[in-house]
This record gives sequence, C-alpha cells and structure tokens, in this order.
Amino acid sequence: MTAFAPIKTAIRSPRGGVSAAVLLLVVVCALFAPLIAPYAYDIQNLPGANTEPGAAHWMGTDEFGRDLMSRIIYGARTSLSVAVTAISISVAAGLTLGAMAGYFGGWFDRAVTAVVDLTWSFPEILIALILIAIIGPGLESTMVAISIAYLAQFTRLTRAQIMALKNETYVEATTNLGAGHFHIIFRHLLPNALTPVIVAGMLATGDAIILEATLGFFGLGAQPPTPSWGAMMSSGTAQIFIAPWIIIFPGLAIAITVISINLFGDALIEALDIRNRLRSV
Amino acid sequence: MDASVPRDDSLVTMTDLTREFSSGGSLMKPRRTMRAVNNVSLDVPRGNVTGVVGESGCGKSTLARLVLRLLEATEGTVFFDGKNLATQSQAEMRKLRRQMQMVFQDPYSAIDPRYTIRRALLEPFQVQGEAKTAAEAKTTVEELISMVGLSTRMMDSFPHQLSGGQKQRVGIARALALRPSFLVLDEPTASLDVSIQAQIIDLLEALKEELGLTYLFISHDLSLVRYFCDRVVVMYLGRVVEILSGAETQPRHHYAHALLESNFEPDPTRRKIVTMLGGEIPSPFAKIPGCAFAARCPAASDMCKRERPPLSNLGDGQMVACHNPMD
Repeated sequence: MTAFAPIKTAIRSPRGGVSAAVLLLVVVCALFAPLIAPYAYDIQNLPGANTEPGAAHWMGTDEFGRDLMSRIIYGARTSLSVAVTAISISVAAGLTLGAMAGYFGGWFDRAVTAVVDLTWSFPEILIALILIAIIGPGLESTMVAISIAYLAQFTRLTRAQIMALKNETYVEATTNLGAGHFHIIFRHLLPNALTPVIVAGMLATGDAIILEATLGFFGLGAQPPTPSWGAMMSSGTAQIFIAPWIIIFPGLAIAITVISINLFGDALIEALDIRNRLRSV
Repeated sequence: MDASVPRDDSLVTMTDLTREFSSGGSLMKPRRTMRAVNNVSLDVPRGNVTGVVGESGCGKSTLARLVLRLLEATEGTVFFDGKNLATQSQAEMRKLRRQMQMVFQDPYSAIDPRYTIRRALLEPFQVQGEAKTAAEAKTTVEELISMVGLSTRMMDSFPHQLSGGQKQRVGIARALALRPSFLVLDEPTASLDVSIQAQIIDLLEALKEELGLTYLFISHDLSLVRYFCDRVVVMYLGRVVEILSGAETQPRHHYAHALLESNFEPDPTRRKIVTMLGGEIPSPFAKIPGCAFAARCPAASDMCKRERPPLSNLGDGQMVACHNPMD
C-alpha cells in the first residue's frame, strides 16, 4: 500500500471528488492570486463604492470601491496560509509532546496531560482570544494563537496512539535487538501513529479557517489592507442592508472551503478506515 | 555450591530472581504487589534446551523477559556468559543483545506492519550500527530467509501477506540475524495451527544443531516440552516446583504430575481417567507462607501450608520442591 492509494480512493468517491476539485480551485486561487484576480486588492475607487455585482465586478465592490472578487481571491491566500501554517506547527508540536508523554509516561506524562486537559476544557476560540490579548493582534499572533489552541487535540490523539502501539510485540522485539528509545519512537511508533493525526490535522484546518475568520471579524487577525475573509465580513456588516454582497460572498467562500475540507477529510477517513482510531481522542 | 557464582558450563545463570508488579496505590485503592517470579534460581547449560512449563499466569513469560533484561528484576541477578546483566551499561547491553535473542509468541504483531520482510531482517544490523552495502544487504537477507525455509520471493512482502507460520519463520530469522548463541523461545508455536507447530519445532531443532544454539523454551504444553527439551522446569505461581531431566523422568511433584496427566492420549484404548485438580488457583496477590500448591494438592499436610518447601536434589538432575513428593 503506497501513501497515495487512500487519497486516490477518496477522490474516486462522489463527495471526495467534488470536494477535492473545490479545494484544488481554492489552493490555485491562493497560489496564483496575482495572475487570476482581475483587479488589485487594495486599489480604492470611492465613486464606484458599493457597486452591485455585474459585468465589470462579478461580485460587486466594497465600501471603498475595491473589487470584491479580487479581494476574495487574495483572501484565500491569507486564510489558507494562516490555517495551514498554524495547524502544521500544532501537529508537529502535538506529535512530539504526545509521543514523549505516551512513550515515557511518568511525571512528564502527568504534567503534559494536566495542561492538555485544562486547555481541552475551553473552546479553541477562547484560548485564541486570551493568547491574542496577551501577544497583541496581527497575522503572526493569529498563527501562534491558532496553533496553541489546537495543540491539545493533537497531543491527546498522538499520546493515545503511542500508548496503544508501545505494547505491540514488535516494539519489544526491536528493543531486544538493541534499539534505543529514539529508534523505537521515530522508526516504529510515530510512522504507525501518523495517519490519524494527519487526518485530524486536515479536519482541524477547516476549523482553523473559521477561527482565523472569527479573529479577523473582530479585527484581531490580518490588519488592513491585507484581505481576510473574516475582516471582509466584518466590514460588510455596516453595509448589510445597502450592499449585502459584501458580507455574503466572503461568507460563502469560508463556508464552501470549510465544507469541502470536511467532506474530503471524511472521504479520506473512510478510505483509510480509521474512524475508530480518531474516536479514541 | 555457592549460588552467587555462575558455573562455567552454564551460559545463563539466574540466582534468586524475583520480579514484583504492583497495582493500585491511588487514593481509593491500597497498593498491592504480586510476585510474578518468586526466588527462581536456574542454570541454562550451554548447548542445551531448557524448557519452562506452567499454566498461564505462572510467571514463565516474565521469567523470559527478566533473562533478557527486557524487564528489570526486583531482586536477584542474571548472569549471561559470566556477566551480571544488571550492571551492564546501555552500550554494553546493546552489544550483549547480539548474543541473546528471542522468538515471540505472537508472530502476527512481532513485525512492524509497515516494514517489508527485507527491511525487518535488515533492522537488526541497522540498530547495531552495522553498515551494509546494497549487495551485502541482499545476500544477508537471502541467507536468512532461506535459512528458515522461506522463498526469497517473499523478501518484499509485507507481514499481512504472509501466513502465521511464515511470519513466525521471519521472526526466527530476525532473531538469528545477529548470530546469537542464546535464544529464548516464548511459546513460539502457541498461536499456530498444529500442523505448522511441528514444522516450526523441526526448524528450531535443525537450527540448534546447525548453529550450536542454546535455548530457553517457554511453553504451557508439557508433552511438547518433554519431547523438545533436555531439562524441564515446572513453574507454579512464580515458583519453580520441579526440575525434570530428560523425557523419561517421572514427575514427583503433585502439580507436575497433574500437568502431565492432563495431556490427551491420542490412542483411545490407552485413554485413562484424568484426576481433576480441585480448588482454585490462589490470587497472585495473596501472600502464601507455605507451598503455593497446598490449597489444591491431594497430599497436602499442615506443614505444606506453613512452610515453604525448598528445592531438594533427588539425583540425576531431578529436583523437587515438595514436602510429600510422589513415589
């Protein structure tokens, strides 16, 4: 079984195929935003403010006359890069912490579990808000806040996997060959524990996009003029009755992206047959 | 003989080996300790097959892990080739592990499911820091795989593509990769079909002759152990109750006798009535002052319940720990 076989299976299922296509579109928008966007995201045109969607501006313009579609395309960049970076950091840190806690046990495990259980008992948004209150708003602090907010989830999941795997006979057999802890953890335990954690990370990326948008909505994320879907919705609230498209289109972008991520993640779980391993959190 | 000094002709010597496990110890549950292995002293002579039998939970697997220092002993020492294992540094232990290997009970989980057979067989060298060129690696794997009677076509298979017997052969090949002198066989046939069991035993016998190995064979099957082993150690609740030499020796301990009696006779005309043992196995947490078997023993006297019988020599290598041994 190669690593790509389950991805292929997932894409062949109806929901997996559709969601993968949408995700590909979003990723292409994020990567090639300057080539795809019809206008620059920060050129203001005050006489053309709040233009209805039409031939010149497919999604209309915002309160400063900026092309909404261009801003949404650039906004994909912000949302995806923040979410993917934050979750990658979170997964890497969670794998390390969870593996050490699950493998070595003892006081380190008790300390990690105590902190993780404490953060686990709060919703992610609350943790992120507290952290941003401490380190201040901005794109980098959003990433840091999101990665810490999701750390507990990946640490718990990894720890549970490692605890189950470390009693397998092959671990004892390899120890008896003279292998040290490093070899056991990195050559046997982590490779076998990785799949559910990666899939959980993918699903969390969807949540992280919403969290990033929420923080942006409160003005705590990307600062203007950098386009962020959440901040765009926030500015749309003032024009909701005269120019509802300003809030509708960024909202749709968020919804479609997150639903696609969840559907694809679900198809992947099905293809990998790991639903019960994810439930052990 | 001074028990603390290993004899020259034994490869492994255990003296007063004890291992305790504890459970509980939290706010609501008091701490309880059980002795999985209780004061076991044993020699494994070079070139011999020493069998250890007993029912499940008697501590035989714990004993196997103590011998290889996969578990640390609570008390007592293991000497391997004259070296006290407990005092070896990590680096020394790694070197010593080349000499002492183990074949595991469950071949299904003894190989990492993500490893091909080739990779699993090369791992011992990787772990020991022995670099091999691609050509050397290929010949090594081919040698090992044909030594255990598998086809070299299986080299790139994953464990799930192999049968139980084939997996156990891979487990044996992996254990032999570093050319050990001592092999612990922890019920190597217990999870295999009967027809495959015989093949694995034949293979182990042939390999022993070919490579001059010493075996410690752990099993719950007394008739298999008596067929395969030069000496049989019978364990009950963590203690050695009898040591039998050779296949013909009649057991003198009542438990060993019952264990042997319980084997099915394939010939119906020779079938006998099995005397069932009464009573229950005592809880492993119970502190038993006398003989551990006293509660179930047909010949138990008051003394058996008060005083622990020592292992006494009966001559010809037979030893028994019983106050009222059978005739």
